[in-house]
Amino acid sequence: MADPASPVVRLDGVEHRFGAVRAVAGVDLAVAAGECLGLVGHNGAGKSTLMHVLAGTLRPDQGALAVQGEVLTGRYDVVVAQRQGIRCVFQEFSLCPNLTVAENARILHPALTGFGWRAQAGRLIGEALDRIFPGHGIAAGDVVGDLSIAKRQMVEIARAFTVTDVPVRLVILDEPTSSLDAMVAGQLLAFVRSFTASGGSAILISHLLGEILGTADRIVVLRDGQVVATRPAAEFTRDSLVAAMGSVAKAEPGARPAAAAGRAGTGARIRAQPARQTDGQELVVHPGEIVGLAGLAGHGQTDMLLQLFAAAGRRGGRTLVAGEVALVAGDRQADGILPLWSIAKNITISSLRRMTRFGLIDPAAEQALASEWQARIQIRTPDLEHNILSLSGGNQQKALFARALGSAASILLMDDPMRGVDIGTKQEVYGIIRAEAAKGRSFVWYTTEMDELAHCDHVYVFRNGRIVADLARSELAEEKVLQASFAEAAA
Amino acid sequence: MAAEPAWQRLLAQPWLWSYLAAASVWAATIAFTQGQGGGQVLTAAFTFAAFFVIVGIGQMFVVTLGPGNVDLSIPATMTLAGTLAMRIMDGHEALILPGLALALGCGVVIGAINYGLIRALRIPPIIATLSSSFLIQSTAIWYNRGIRIKPPPALAEFATAQVAGVPVLAVGVILLTVLMHVLLTRTRYGRAVLAIGQNQRAAGLAGIPVDRIRLGTYMLCATLAGLCGYVQAGFAGGAALNMGEEYLLASIAVVVIGGTSVAGGNANVPGLWGAALFLFLLVTMLNTFGLGAGIRLVMTGIIIIAVIIAASGRQRAR
Repeated sequence: MADPASPVVRLDGVEHRFGAVRAVAGVDLAVAAGECLGLVGHNGAGKSTLMHVLAGTLRPDQGALAVQGEVLTGRYDVVVAQRQGIRCVFQEFSLCPNLTVAENARILHPALTGFGWRAQAGRLIGEALDRIFPGHGIAAGDVVGDLSIAKRQMVEIARAFTVTDVPVRLVILDEPTSSLDAMVAGQLLAFVRSFTASGGSAILISHLLGEILGTADRIVVLRDGQVVATRPAAEFTRDSLVAAMGSVAKAEPGARPAAAAGRAGTGARIRAQPARQTDGQELVVHPGEIVGLAGLAGHGQTDMLLQLFAAAGRRGGRTLVAGEVALVAGDRQADGILPLWSIAKNITISSLRRMTRFGLIDPAAEQALASEWQARIQIRTPDLEHNILSLSGGNQQKALFARALGSAASILLMDDPMRGVDIGTKQEVYGIIRAEAAKGRSFVWYTTEMDELAHCDHVYVFRNGRIVADLARSELAEEKVLQASFAEAAA
Repeated sequence: MAAEPAWQRLLAQPWLWSYLAAASVWAATIAFTQGQGGGQVLTAAFTFAAFFVIVGIGQMFVVTLGPGNVDLSIPATMTLAGTLAMRIMDGHEALILPGLALALGCGVVIGAINYGLIRALRIPPIIATLSSSFLIQSTAIWYNRGIRIKPPPALAEFATAQVAGVPVLAVGVILLTVLMHVLLTRTRYGRAVLAIGQNQRAAGLAGIPVDRIRLGTYMLCATLAGLCGYVQAGFAGGAALNMGEEYLLASIAVVVIGGTSVAGGNANVPGLWGAALFLFLLVTMLNTFGLGAGIRLVMTGIIIIAVIIAASGRQRAR
């Protein structure tokens, strides 16, 4: 049973797969009572998956899990986690927008029943808010949907620290400050310190390395689903943390001759500024260039691509896009696949204008285009007339590449298109991208994978919706990209 | 897959069921009358089904745009277009074509207004077209004031003409149906409508001008409603304020029974005819059986629901 000397939670050899991808590949992790553990790592390092395992929302495929010395492997889920006093604040909001702050607090506390539960819940959440964020300006009767993002985040955090029948032992905070301003973030971090000083435990995930270094007692670095470093926070510096997160800078694979000099010259196909850019930094793309958009996920790269896509149909405006564009979606289900159609129809949809004769689509031309790209990009199917969903995920993605590459577009926008694609397919597609660029097509390629940047002639690093670094091929190094992605607002 | 026998492919056609339903209802009717009047029943069925099909085509394109897309202003548009055209023509045969142009133009404008409400004010289509239909109907009432003006004789003749028991109007509408089938399956516009109905966001990112296509579709639907109002007024000897009444349910029922997916992205033109014939023949059958009006309505409702359930169950099974 519960043993005060053992760690609050302990993971041994935990593994979790999504299909063929090992998101968490054998992690040992323990959090002691009264400890604040910092967890860092690049996108896809496995941080969120690991936290979902701790929260009970994902069941690990392998490995053991113990809470307070009690082994709970196989019996652990969200309800058990709640009963053990483990609380989570995830990046995705979990509050119900149609309910009030007090009603949302009640959801976590089944013990609040009977007459006057609303007032009790209101007092509970109000006290937590007062303790963590003095002067927060949130009333228990406010409807969550009417609150600003920052205030919603504050309620979400405060709710995790409310107590009725079960004491709070461990709070997981996944990017808790991403939507808070500096002052409120400071209040939160100070509270986390006092919470751990009084015996509680916390796991803090943040891409603001200063927060981690200043708040955590111990820092664990994840890379490719594995723990690559565990040390007291005092032994890390910003630079050593960045170095631990990234793989060692390496020679460029498949190097290609640098694009012709004279980037500053005229003849750019694209000139654009992100909407939130305040200095004069521009995104510039020339014919035949592969331009990479880097940085942490969700920092404005996809918005940039959509801005370019929307600007292509228009003249004038601040965004120059000279040429037809096609987009390769990364989120296949939401942005790419037309699920009722055959593979062939999915490929040809962006090229129909060329195949129309006397107002009618020419079936022979359609067939020809689909077959040509099936051969070139090797879509593995016995029949292009089969439904698109009969393909594996990687082959569906190839069909989307075929749709864009087969169109007349001179500019291809790629929205992290290799998500969940196996390595063999990737290599095939990289080859085609290079070949098409050599023929004069331009590519704007948002990727969260460091290795893919090596295929780019030029890389722009995004942070908070702005371009913060502009790296030519010769200057490209993983550490520079990481440094720029993680730089503090104050630094 | 490829070696599938022909009969199996035929069974998989979504329009098949509506024709089977129509044929069995017709068979039940003439069995009851012991073969009496089977031909007349068919002639009448094709005449009235033609009207259902005209509005059904437009509704089908709108429904195919995806969940939530529906045009409830069809009856009001029919009434206004019929009323306007009849009053302008005022029985003069020389004005038959200008009157037709007016009825169609009336539809074009109403379609544009409908989509304007949907897009600019972000009102769901079901609310937008319902509220616009009140405005349209009120305009018709204000303009018509209960006077019934006869159509030009040539128009009335055309609308009711038969050659060897075959209604000329039905032949015309069959031609229109073929045209619309080609529009749906062989043109870029048709592809765009089907793509938007599957996933509007993906369609936009594949380069389809989503707004223009949706606007065009609402305009097409209202224009066909205008056409139907014009022909119907010619057929019935004038425009009446309640002439569109039964077309609200009928336009939707014809689409659904005909095998078009309510979830969008999958449409079916041939099925419209089977469904329209079925709807008319069903009422005829219940009349022939001598059932009272109340029972008739209840039976109509139950049978329509049964056919829709059968059709959707078959689609899930595929």
